[in-house]
Amino acid sequence: MGDVYIQGVDMIRFGRFPDRSLTSLGAEAALLALDDAGLNMGDIQAAWCGNLGQAGGMVGQRILQEIGQTGIPVVNVANACATGATAFREAWMGVKAGLYDVVLAVGVEQMGRGLLGGAGGSKGISKEGLLGSGIMPCVFAEAGVEHTRSYGTTFEQFAQVSVKNHHHSTMNSKAMYQKETPLEDVMGAEMISYPNTKLMCSVNVDGAAAAVLVSEKKARELGSGRAVKVRASALTSDPYSDRDLVMPDINTCTRNAAAVAYEMAGVGPDDLDLVELHDCFATAEILHYENLGLCKDGDAGRLIDEGETALGGRIPVNVSGGLLSKGHPLGATGIANIYEVSTHLRGEAGARQVEGARLGLTHVIGLGSACAIHVLEKPA
Amino acid sequence: MSEKVESSGPLPAVPYIKLPEGADPYLEGQKCSSCGAMYLGQRMACGKCFSRDKFEAVKLSDHGTLHVFSIVHRSFPGVEVPFVSAIVDLEGGGTVKGNLVGVDPTPDSVELGMPVEVFFDDAGRKDSDGNSYVSYFFRPAA
Repeated sequence: MGDVYIQGVDMIRFGRFPDRSLTSLGAEAALLALDDAGLNMGDIQAAWCGNLGQAGGMVGQRILQEIGQTGIPVVNVANACATGATAFREAWMGVKAGLYDVVLAVGVEQMGRGLLGGAGGSKGISKEGLLGSGIMPCVFAEAGVEHTRSYGTTFEQFAQVSVKNHHHSTMNSKAMYQKETPLEDVMGAEMISYPNTKLMCSVNVDGAAAAVLVSEKKARELGSGRAVKVRASALTSDPYSDRDLVMPDINTCTRNAAAVAYEMAGVGPDDLDLVELHDCFATAEILHYENLGLCKDGDAGRLIDEGETALGGRIPVNVSGGLLSKGHPLGATGIANIYEVSTHLRGEAGARQVEGARLGLTHVIGLGSACAIHVLEKPA
Repeated sequence: MSEKVESSGPLPAVPYIKLPEGADPYLEGQKCSSCGAMYLGQRMACGKCFSRDKFEAVKLSDHGTLHVFSIVHRSFPGVEVPFVSAIVDLEGGGTVKGNLVGVDPTPDSVELGMPVEVFFDDAGRKDSDGNSYVSYFFRPAA
């Protein structure tokens, strides 16, 4: 079986676009990706669309109604915060299986402001604030406190993640925010759910990203010199764990996906040049350093302290600004991460370029749970 | 709700709160007889070992230790903040989530691993039909 390549990939600048339709955002990203690939809708043999907010709304077909209706198969995908990456992976599978040579994956979301999550909609009374909290800042705070319990990780170390990612975003014109946030600002911001302050929570934004995936044969035929090789694609759900009923286990499904991805790619974490991981909250980034094997268990606090994951460090993480600063439009996030890593592998990331990037990893996790990891390689 | 309760009395906030007549309330777990995995609520089969129809209703302990917590300062409209959201491992098995009360809602007042006890009280909120509910809470164990 041949390899699968990313021939074109792009994203719109993330922001708030209340006057635009969801489909126009997705359509814009799709056209950008097609332009980047040097192809048009007539070349696309199948499409996958990731969106959560209108999961029943045939968003993929509606996007094609705006950019080209050719009658191809279209599949709409929903998988929590792993939605975009899952759409990308399904597209990858279509090419990997030999069914198609050129396919499109789009991820798009329009978000309201405010808190996500909360106790489920069962009958009776609301359980939020009665049986603890189900809001996302709390769920990920509790996951972070578990790291504190094991390794003594401090509020300040979690906060440093936000300082770093917000700093990175100042070099990314497609990020929602491009603003430095010194440590005292991060720690002094409104406390949402200890230890996550407002500046340690990802931003709810509108956004879209898209990728055109091609077979090895097609990539060779097009010969652009910019095709990024997909070295691995992995997707997991949460296996049984003792506390999973009340405390979503975001660690095990990430560790399992990483093991699959490294095995498939035939590489290890030490071979990576950059990582875009799911920093939905600052606490989460610390956990994923260890889950992805960027350091040994218990060393994540040291990693952030010593700047190893900052641009210029040993293994830069979230140089895009991450979800914390670039923004987190749920359905688009997974493909936007793939855009970011691809841009570095192509040497086109400008001021935030990770020099000499050859191999990169993208990671997203959706609660419920779903974890998707991709390993990407520099164009040959 | 999984159980018929007299409409005049308070209802359990979640189905795994049991309110036996003339006895103290308790939390009920469903234990897999094959592997011992503990659930809150019914399952078709065990998520851990896949065995079917072999669950045993067990009374969960009212003592446990605080596994982790967060202090929630912003929640949905109408929810009183701040409060301590706590995940507690019960003695003998079962992990439950709830509010930890009887401590200041500050990081320094809450100790990871501290012993806590489960107690039951009025939930302090009613449904749209005006029914009262009983819920469970955690407090530091004496």
